[in-house]
Amino acid sequence: MSGWLTRNIPKIVVAPSLAAVLFFVYGFIVWTGYVSLTRSRIMPRYDFDGFGQYVKLFRTPRWDVAMENLFVFGLLFIAVSIALGLLLAVLLDQRIRAEGAIRTIYLYPMALSFIVTGTAWKWILNPGLGIESVVRSWGWESFSFDWLVDPEMAIYTVVIAGVWQASGFVMALFLAGLRSVDQEVIKAAMVDGINLPRIYVSIVIPSLSPVFLSAVIVLAHLAIKSFDLVIALTGGGPGYATDLPATYMYAMAFSRGDLGQAAASATVMMMTVAAIIVPYLYSELRPRHD
Amino acid sequence: MAAQNDAVLKIEGLTKSFQNVHVLMNIDLAIEEGAFLVLVGPSGCGKSTLLNCVAGLEAPTSGRILIGGRDMTDAAPKDRDIAMVFQSYALYPNMSVARNITFGMKVRGATRAEQRSALEKVAHMLKIDHLLNRRPAHLSGGQRQRVAMGRALVRQPKLFLFDEPLSNLDAKLRVEMRAEIKRLHRALGATIVYVTHDQTEAMSLATEVAVMEGGVIAQLGPPQQVYDYPVNTFVAGFIGSPAMNFINGRISKDGGAIRIQVSFDGATRELPADHYPFGGGIEDGAEVILGIRPEYVSGSDPSADRPNVALDLVPTLVETNGFDQHVNLAFGDSEISGRFSPREQIKLGTPVRTRIDLSQISVFDRETRQRL
Repeated sequence: MSGWLTRNIPKIVVAPSLAAVLFFVYGFIVWTGYVSLTRSRIMPRYDFDGFGQYVKLFRTPRWDVAMENLFVFGLLFIAVSIALGLLLAVLLDQRIRAEGAIRTIYLYPMALSFIVTGTAWKWILNPGLGIESVVRSWGWESFSFDWLVDPEMAIYTVVIAGVWQASGFVMALFLAGLRSVDQEVIKAAMVDGINLPRIYVSIVIPSLSPVFLSAVIVLAHLAIKSFDLVIALTGGGPGYATDLPATYMYAMAFSRGDLGQAAASATVMMMTVAAIIVPYLYSELRPRHD
Repeated sequence: MAAQNDAVLKIEGLTKSFQNVHVLMNIDLAIEEGAFLVLVGPSGCGKSTLLNCVAGLEAPTSGRILIGGRDMTDAAPKDRDIAMVFQSYALYPNMSVARNITFGMKVRGATRAEQRSALEKVAHMLKIDHLLNRRPAHLSGGQRQRVAMGRALVRQPKLFLFDEPLSNLDAKLRVEMRAEIKRLHRALGATIVYVTHDQTEAMSLATEVAVMEGGVIAQLGPPQQVYDYPVNTFVAGFIGSPAMNFINGRISKDGGAIRIQVSFDGATRELPADHYPFGGGIEDGAEVILGIRPEYVSGSDPSADRPNVALDLVPTLVETNGFDQHVNLAFGDSEISGRFSPREQIKLGTPVRTRIDLSQISVFDRETRQRL
């Protein structure tokens, strides 16, 4: 009996959380998937309706805006965060003074919640309160920086706030990668007559491809599920100009009383994430030969 | 000044300090074209720092470095006309073998045709023709080291620098690559500065050995000279394996005859030392250390005309390695090691007739530990 207990105690301990995860995560994924195939409105109705909700979803202009925003935001957010993070990491890699302090300063925004970031940037970018009003008070009366309230440009303010939050983290990733580069390789390149910028471009950065992959994965899932940033910064506005799929889903589920639409959009989002994560897992978990 | 220009590498009064730690102290060194200088010493003796200073990867605190007669003390590594091979091979991980070798040439502005002909030449010389399209990750240690050497060779520099290039290889491969490096040195007439902590490597490769200790060059000379006439007990103990035997003794002068008294099993033995060229003369009663290489401690009869002494010593440890037996023998309250013929029957604890050939002894002052 005690032998049985010793053998099985890890399984017994893990079982409740496994059951909870199975039910609350995977169970509700299945449930959401099912609801997206019904004609549910404010309350779930379990009458099967095929892909009607998806057809409706892809005919909705607001969903098009949300997907387009996700595309613009995701691409810019990932590209700019990586470029800026890499640049900061390379500069920080030059064995400068007070590196630890500077690293912490750049990394700190990651410790903030997106709500805080969004609220802070809402004030900074508010034409009546932030940058525009400050520059005007310096006497530059015609200065205008009103992206936050411009439906065409508002999505870029989300990019700015997102980049501010994430690029320090990307910098930390790249810095760790740069530190793991064999210093003798850099010495060898210097003796070989290659100048420092070229060493970085041709030798060091190409050897960081695993770090690029990690950075893209982390940033991509941040982009897809970024919901709180938009809610805090623009509330999806002006109008629905900065809606993302996540805010669209939230609006459908909780303020528009359209559970079917919400479930369909949630399923599309999950498919999008899967399209990114599955190839990554496949490449990471496959047995290696070298 | 003309003589100075003949030296491919000349180092004058080189000092390197980190805060209060003096890593290198007032190093003077000059080597001629075609020389193979090996810097050898225990870890922390400053040999790698010296090499990095020559390469321009570290800036000396004071002193001058001349390469090919030109002052290169403050020049960038790429302007020094040198090539360097590193312990970790330091290949560019994202490039094929061929690109590893030619990338430096490309950056320096060589044409495609030049790159290809240089690549073909060194690939053939180093027998890496079949590996040119592989990545460094898919090469063995020995192959990587060949590629690293190929990258150095295509530079055709005035001076090659090797920083412990064989330390990461297994024993068999190390011997192979050692021979390869020696052959390349002969074939190319290259001038090489080579750092190692392995005295065997130093002895077998060098035309000049610099034994370093605590930031200074203890002795500089051809390998055989350093082996036969070590200037102090450090060099004597570091070069040679098994290490030289040290026996405390006292000089006794009796008329014209000079003898070294050693205590042995409570009694005092006198060993003849008339043949030893005491540099500045020697005083009666001087405290000395007698240094004898293990190969001069054996069972075989040395030639009759060589000064020698025969003792019965008790073996405490026997190591057989096929071509001889390495035997530790109790000598008073310490031990000495000797090399015996493998045919000799040696039993632990049974005294064995041991002849000590005194023709190649070294005598050191016990106070200063310098050679007398």
